[in-house]
Amino acid sequence: MDRRDFLKTLAAAGALVSVKTSGMMDVMASTIPVNGAAAAPDNADLAAVMNGEPAEMLAAAMKELGGIERFIKKGDKIVIKPNIGWDRTPELAGNTNPDLLAALIKMCQDAGAAEIKVFDHTCDNWSRCYDHSGIEAAVKKAGATMVYAHEQSSYERVDIPKGVSLKNAQVHKAIIECDKWINVPVLKNHGGALMTCAMKNHMGIVWDRRAFHSRGLHQCIADICTYKPAVLHIVDAYRTVATNGPQGRSASDVVLTKALFASPDIVAVDTAAGKFFTGINKSIQFENIEHIPDGQKLGLGTMDLESINVKRVRL
Amino acid sequence: MLRKIRTAVAIAVIAILTFGFLDFSGILNDPWLQKIQFGPALLSLSVVTLVCLIAATLIFGRLYCSVVCPLGIFQDFFNWLSKKIDKRKKYFYKPENPWLRWGVLAVLIVAWLCGFTFLVGLVEPYSAYGRMADELFKPIYLFGNNLLAAISEKAGSYRFFKVLISLKSISALVVALLTLLVIGHISYHHGRTWCNTICPVGTVLGFFSRFSILRMRIDQDKCNHCLACQRKCKAYCIDSVDQKIDYSRCVDCFDCIEACRQKAISYGPVKMRKSQPVKQAENIDESKRQFLKSTLVIAALAPAALEAKVTGKKDTRVPMSPPGSGSHSNLLQHCTACHLCVSKCPSHVLKPAGMEYGLGGIMQPVMKFDEGYCNYDCNLCSQICPAGAIKPLTVEQKHVTQPGHVVFNKDICVVNVNRTSCGACAEHCPVQALHMVPFEGGLTIPEANTELCVGCGGCEFICPVKAVHIEGNPTHLEAKVPEQDTVIETQDFDFGF
Repeated sequence: MDRRDFLKTLAAAGALVSVKTSGMMDVMASTIPVNGAAAAPDNADLAAVMNGEPAEMLAAAMKELGGIERFIKKGDKIVIKPNIGWDRTPELAGNTNPDLLAALIKMCQDAGAAEIKVFDHTCDNWSRCYDHSGIEAAVKKAGATMVYAHEQSSYERVDIPKGVSLKNAQVHKAIIECDKWINVPVLKNHGGALMTCAMKNHMGIVWDRRAFHSRGLHQCIADICTYKPAVLHIVDAYRTVATNGPQGRSASDVVLTKALFASPDIVAVDTAAGKFFTGINKSIQFENIEHIPDGQKLGLGTMDLESINVKRVRL
Repeated sequence: MLRKIRTAVAIAVIAILTFGFLDFSGILNDPWLQKIQFGPALLSLSVVTLVCLIAATLIFGRLYCSVVCPLGIFQDFFNWLSKKIDKRKKYFYKPENPWLRWGVLAVLIVAWLCGFTFLVGLVEPYSAYGRMADELFKPIYLFGNNLLAAISEKAGSYRFFKVLISLKSISALVVALLTLLVIGHISYHHGRTWCNTICPVGTVLGFFSRFSILRMRIDQDKCNHCLACQRKCKAYCIDSVDQKIDYSRCVDCFDCIEACRQKAISYGPVKMRKSQPVKQAENIDESKRQFLKSTLVIAALAPAALEAKVTGKKDTRVPMSPPGSGSHSNLLQHCTACHLCVSKCPSHVLKPAGMEYGLGGIMQPVMKFDEGYCNYDCNLCSQICPAGAIKPLTVEQKHVTQPGHVVFNKDICVVNVNRTSCGACAEHCPVQALHMVPFEGGLTIPEANTELCVGCGGCEFICPVKAVHIEGNPTHLEAKVPEQDTVIETQDFDFGF
């Protein structure tokens, strides 16, 4: 029944939203419910869950969204892209929660994913990040493949036709070659971008990040998100680096927030997470996180949470 | 039999020691064989190691030169090769050249006293080998690894990973190549001549090995003066005609024992009899004394002159020595540029210096942030330095060590010039010595608090326009511990939407 609904949605969306260009990417992109009309009535467009452990919150969110099967098919080659940027332990929340990743990998395996790769282009020394974040161990234990991203040879230059400031970038081959990818950022404060979440997490799929910083950080973040949109964004906000981000100096920067946001709409999920975050660190104005409206302008999704089906769950 | 044991031990030692340089995956992060080398032990004044090495020499002779010194073992390889290629290769007896041996040692002592450690490092055998391992063997090893990684990746396995191969410094590469050519040539054609003329460790241990308890002995009754032993002696130290051995040059390779068909040579305790070797030593003492005298005179005069020369020419940027080295002068005193730290640095930050520290500090490690930055929680270089040039630091000690400090140039900062967000420097700063403060509009701009800086170079590495850089502290300072922020209470948060 679910699959039939999904196919109907797909057809309806294809008819409703007049797709400007053709190609696999846009058919996939069109399944993102831009105005909520295209979504199946039961399935949420965005699920926000609180007060649970990472794995339970993921399960609750996916139930609201209609199950992982709504987003991936049997036999798909999947990439899961967490944030593994810093040489930090899970308690310091510099990186995505390893328990959440393990639970997500299990879900994808149960849905029949043919291959699951996990990587991030780290900032700190990659092997220390992979190790101390607990992610390499969790991924390997769950039976997925940890892929390296510390060498330029793992990247290929691609065009970004919809980009405003960023016209091309060197993107990791795992993203280029996969069928679908799932974006799993961790919610944190960021000195320059003010907040790092689903959109900012895309900086880990590219090789040369300096170009982002010199050409206007917010616009470049929005631009790279148009390259090959992930089918689903799952925001880990179990622990949140509220101040001195994105690394955090010590445990005093970390707040146990026990939340999770999930949506196929990247702008909506960052809007939700951004509003949640600015409620914790009140010194940051949501309006100043410019890459979110920049993303809406590029047609990546909606900031109007009233217009979509949002499900809030407190465990 | 003794020779076979010696060969086996030597091969094992050089294999493990070399792997200590080559390994990048953390299998051998405690290279202990490097810590028992004579040169570094002397410069770090590791009394225990020195006493053990000298005691061993007093008991066994210069066995060190055959089974511990990597450059010695390396030369034996060339020597072996030359004998394989030229089956009729013969050595002969040559008298010692004490003027040359002690002269070189005297020059090196003077150079060291004058802060010209570069010269000491150049001929110190372990360091000379270390540079060859790092500069010449390691790129080959990494290339092989990268090939393997590429093949396994094609096959869908991520068991092996690629590693960056980079040219660390042209001067260090040239020095390593020249070392290989010179040492290779000498050992191929002239056996252990290097060890018995130039090598300072050989000269010092040679002094002690004259008095060693165990040594080669020629049984004068069995010996028929056939010269077989002398022809095999790569140290040119057996005088078969007079049945004498110069124990100051014998490296205990045991080749002569196997060569002797009369079984006249054996390795065992010396017979307590007033014999020639002691007399020889007395003769040599004269020249030694003269050298020591002249050494002291030069040592007394030269430092001031050379120091003026070294500090006279100043670069605009102060170089940064690795955390744990304490100061430039400590590094200058102790570092023989073995490049173990350069080889092991996981972030490719440590590079052989050019003229940054002046003439005396050529090839000593200097922090450069072109390929990476110093990991906040990494203290590997301080743990492995065999010469005490980089003293051990715990991670906690490293967090409050400031080998250099940040300098921020607002005039060229992206935020100021383009009026766009950046924050890459503050993002990479582990202590928020650079942190973002409100600027025009909703923008934030970096502000530097040098007191907190630990000089890791994350900011310099990532800055897209080089508006931040790290200036070294000639004497390292203590970094201030950042104040604890007000903790945001964990509570039942609202969704906020």
